[in-house]
Amino acid sequence: MSAPGTAAPPVPLEYSTIERIAGPLLFVEGVDNAAYGELVEIALPNGESRKGQILESRRGLAIVQVFGPTMGMNNTQTAVKFTGDVARLNVSDEMLGRVFDGLGQPRDGGPRIVSKEKQDIVGNAMNPYSREQPSEFIQTGMSNIDGMNTLVRGQKLPIFSAAGLPHNRLAAQIVRQAKVLGASESFAVVFAAMGITSEEANYFVSEFERTGALERTVAFLNLSSDPSMERVITPRMALTTAEFLAYERNMHVLVVLTDMTNYCEALREIAAAREEVPGRRGYPGYMYTDLASIFERAGKIKGRTGSITQLPILTMPADDITHPIPDLTGYITEGQVVMSRELQRRGVYPPVDVLLSLSRLMNQGIGKGRTREDHRGVADQLFATYATGKDQRALSAIVGEEALGEVDRINLRSADRFESQFVNQGYEEDRSIEETLNLGWDILSELPDRELKRIKTTFIEKYRATKQAGAKNQ
Amino acid sequence: MVAVATKGADSKKVGEVVKVSGPVVISHGLTGAKMFDVVRVGALGMVGEIIRLVGEEATIQVYEDTTGVRPGDRVENTGEALSVELGPGLLSSIYDGVQRPLNILKAQGGDFIKRGFVAVPLDDKKIWEFTATQKPGAAVVAGDVLGTVQETPLLLHKVLVPPGVSGTLSALASGRYTVRDPIGSVKTASGAEVPVRLAQRWQVRVQRPVTRKLPPQIPLITGQRILDTFFPVAKGGTAAIPGPFGAGKTVTQQQLAKWAEADVVVYVGCGERGNEMTEVLTEFPHLEDPKTKRPLMERTILIANTSNMPVAAREASIYTGITIAEYYRDMGYDVALMADSTSRWAEALREISGRLEEMPGEEGYPAYLGRRLAEFYERSGKVVVLGAQERQGSVTVIGAVSPPGGDTSEPVSQNTLRVTRVFWSLDASLANRRHFPAINWLNSYSLYLGDLGPWYSDRVSKEWVNMRNDAIALLQKESELQEIVQLVGSDALPEKEKGVLDVARMIREDYLQQSAYDDVDTYSSIQKQFKMLRNILEIGKLEMDALDRGVSLPKIVQLPVREKIARMKTTSEKDGLDVFDQILEEARTTFAGLKAEGL
Repeated sequence: MSAPGTAAPPVPLEYSTIERIAGPLLFVEGVDNAAYGELVEIALPNGESRKGQILESRRGLAIVQVFGPTMGMNNTQTAVKFTGDVARLNVSDEMLGRVFDGLGQPRDGGPRIVSKEKQDIVGNAMNPYSREQPSEFIQTGMSNIDGMNTLVRGQKLPIFSAAGLPHNRLAAQIVRQAKVLGASESFAVVFAAMGITSEEANYFVSEFERTGALERTVAFLNLSSDPSMERVITPRMALTTAEFLAYERNMHVLVVLTDMTNYCEALREIAAAREEVPGRRGYPGYMYTDLASIFERAGKIKGRTGSITQLPILTMPADDITHPIPDLTGYITEGQVVMSRELQRRGVYPPVDVLLSLSRLMNQGIGKGRTREDHRGVADQLFATYATGKDQRALSAIVGEEALGEVDRINLRSADRFESQFVNQGYEEDRSIEETLNLGWDILSELPDRELKRIKTTFIEKYRATKQAGAKNQ
Repeated sequence: MVAVATKGADSKKVGEVVKVSGPVVISHGLTGAKMFDVVRVGALGMVGEIIRLVGEEATIQVYEDTTGVRPGDRVENTGEALSVELGPGLLSSIYDGVQRPLNILKAQGGDFIKRGFVAVPLDDKKIWEFTATQKPGAAVVAGDVLGTVQETPLLLHKVLVPPGVSGTLSALASGRYTVRDPIGSVKTASGAEVPVRLAQRWQVRVQRPVTRKLPPQIPLITGQRILDTFFPVAKGGTAAIPGPFGAGKTVTQQQLAKWAEADVVVYVGCGERGNEMTEVLTEFPHLEDPKTKRPLMERTILIANTSNMPVAAREASIYTGITIAEYYRDMGYDVALMADSTSRWAEALREISGRLEEMPGEEGYPAYLGRRLAEFYERSGKVVVLGAQERQGSVTVIGAVSPPGGDTSEPVSQNTLRVTRVFWSLDASLANRRHFPAINWLNSYSLYLGDLGPWYSDRVSKEWVNMRNDAIALLQKESELQEIVQLVGSDALPEKEKGVLDVARMIREDYLQQSAYDDVDTYSSIQKQFKMLRNILEIGKLEMDALDRGVSLPKIVQLPVREKIARMKTTSEKDGLDVFDQILEEARTTFAGLKAEGL
């Protein structure tokens, strides 16, 4: 958008009138008509060049946010060139299999992407009227997700993790195993790393390589040693690529964004540099809106084949789910997968707390014709049984198991088995939805029929009989 | 010479941008501009509203993304306040926060919302069949019904004399009109001829006038058992649903939008997810109103300003919604407005306030947050509408609140609770165990209980109020007993108290839990609710008697009739409610036959 319909013609103009440099911000004087959001190029005295963006523009002053360090800039010999355009990304099919830095420059030594298609990286909001309701079940092969908190195409489902928990393994396993049953359509993975260590980044890249997904992957890597300001751009680069692949090339794109906590911290850094009134814990008041402009780019559009499914990862500072980052994320995304340190200690992989986890779009993706008719009931019953069983576990620690009623003892045993057999599975174990649901029936096998209140009687008759016989034989 | 200090009488309609920062633009040169005038910014003509005036500098909040706007760009004042267009054709529509129809935006600009598009809110090509109910020569006052248009098969749209107009009807004729055609005119006392059309305009920030407000005495039946039975909201009342993410605010709001006994439902998706709006758009046309069997979409209006759409329009969306609600109220209808979520609206206020560099109040929210919230909720009410004949209408407002971390001590929740009379407290621990609706029965309250008691006694049963109180008392007793159980285990309790726990569990699991996704359970008529609760409480009494006689609890729990109780909620009401009476009969017979063991 070369700012259609704005007053001044966007002639690139150069100014060497930086009045002040504060954190990542440059205050450039004498600029009369810089456009809000305009991309600028900054030429340093040593010949280096950096990019930036206008955060505020008024008569005589433009505030520029620099993507990168301000080291080496001064207020005499540094030139700021106004490009008259917003930040754009060249998009093309050639991007598949490539690795870029956080600003979209090749990082793998390969050639630059040349393309006629230059996309505005911020993009416009999808018209809610154009959206198609996501309803295609994605089988991740993980019982805790498929069975209890089902993922569907076009959903944004973040992983809420914490330091020391295996969120990367979980994400890599999902990327490897995710498939839509009975479909063989073209898919792609867009991977955006924000401020993660090179070790973590290498893990993902080598996992993609090992499983053959790399040639279908576009990676944008901003590592922890890279400038933090780039992190604000990186997810937008990734999503712009994803939108191109999904809506122009009809692919089903899975976008992995990690770690959103680092993104939010970069946002806070800019807000602090601008001396804005802070919201909770110093994060800017508009963080919800800003995160929404990333997460809401997931979805499906009526009449188009492709889709964007997002799998953002964030680490909860001090395991605190009420911290602004997970909190605001949870209000935007369509559910969350929450990892638990307690389960991790107990040796359960993936250590997912299914009670705290949620998939808001589950209902649209399950049931007859999608997964199986008894799915809703089995999941609800497992939730209820597991929740009761966990309560009984806490209680039995105080009063002893003998003081529990008979049904409660069964609930307790079922909860234990739920964790050790249903949630727990191998890193290479890819369970079909049938296997997951049958396993669910097996967990419930000890409970008498009248306790299975969440499941329709017809389904109990249909699915239980065989399972119970099976359970007895064991 | 007495001089009146003025700054020049002539006003200039065009100025230029001098500063841009996010959605806030400052312009110079708009002399004579008034607060809340709508302006057009840049050559794209993006819509904005003046929110501060200092000398010749006007601060404007822009309802579209300001990327690309630069100092020097043109700003034009329309001189009008932000208004909505009201008339037939609103129902079944989906609008953004400033009433641009999203389906038209799609047709114009594709799947992504581009900037600067203008679209008329009401289809001005569509011909409506107008039936006049007044004759020329009649004296009319504001609010009088001039005639009707069948807007959808569900709703008869009444065409009203606009507020502020009265006099003699000099012309009016039935016929086929567009919303813009004059259908007649009114000659006012001053002799002016005011043309009347099917559509009228109204400023969104100004409440539409009413004759007087009435006390609320009729419940808004929602088909949701915990709400109707325990914490009812009155028609014309206000309710707040605060809750952490994942506790079911949106599902509850959508359930209300589906099943509430309102004539018109306005659903404002304010800063929420795009897919949720799609869900409503996809589902509602296929859902039947339980009374009229017509698609629910025919009574629904959607205002969708999702979280990634411009933040200033989010601020406006609430007002757009309530003005439309008031318009249908003025026809004498019961309207329900759901706002999901008012926290996002408050955040929009905070963001704009921050850009204006205003002194922040609590948690960065502006100091006027409480006032603005109160003003909004005050636009609800059961009222006698304008007009010569006495007619009543109501606007019920149900606002979701999204407190950070689920902690309701924050400013938006607290300011909301001060002005709303029903509090549905969503509880993360209930949601985590998938007890839905996850409304905490001990913390929630309804201040309408006393006002609505007579209605329940007359229309449902004389027993209703007592039954409700008995059930709440049992749940309260349960929570006290649970504290003991936490210490000593349930086996240590006397049989009688174990019985109380068992009955309370029946109320929780077999009555309060209600699945929004089950075809039958999603809606319970008030009669079904009565029979279900009566059955559970009666069986509770039978159970207590049996325990007194020495029958053991495990034996009672295993009675087959207990399973029938558990399945009452999924028992269809299609073939009448006799089946519920039969369950009670069966229970009576079974319990009468129970004998104590070892005797």
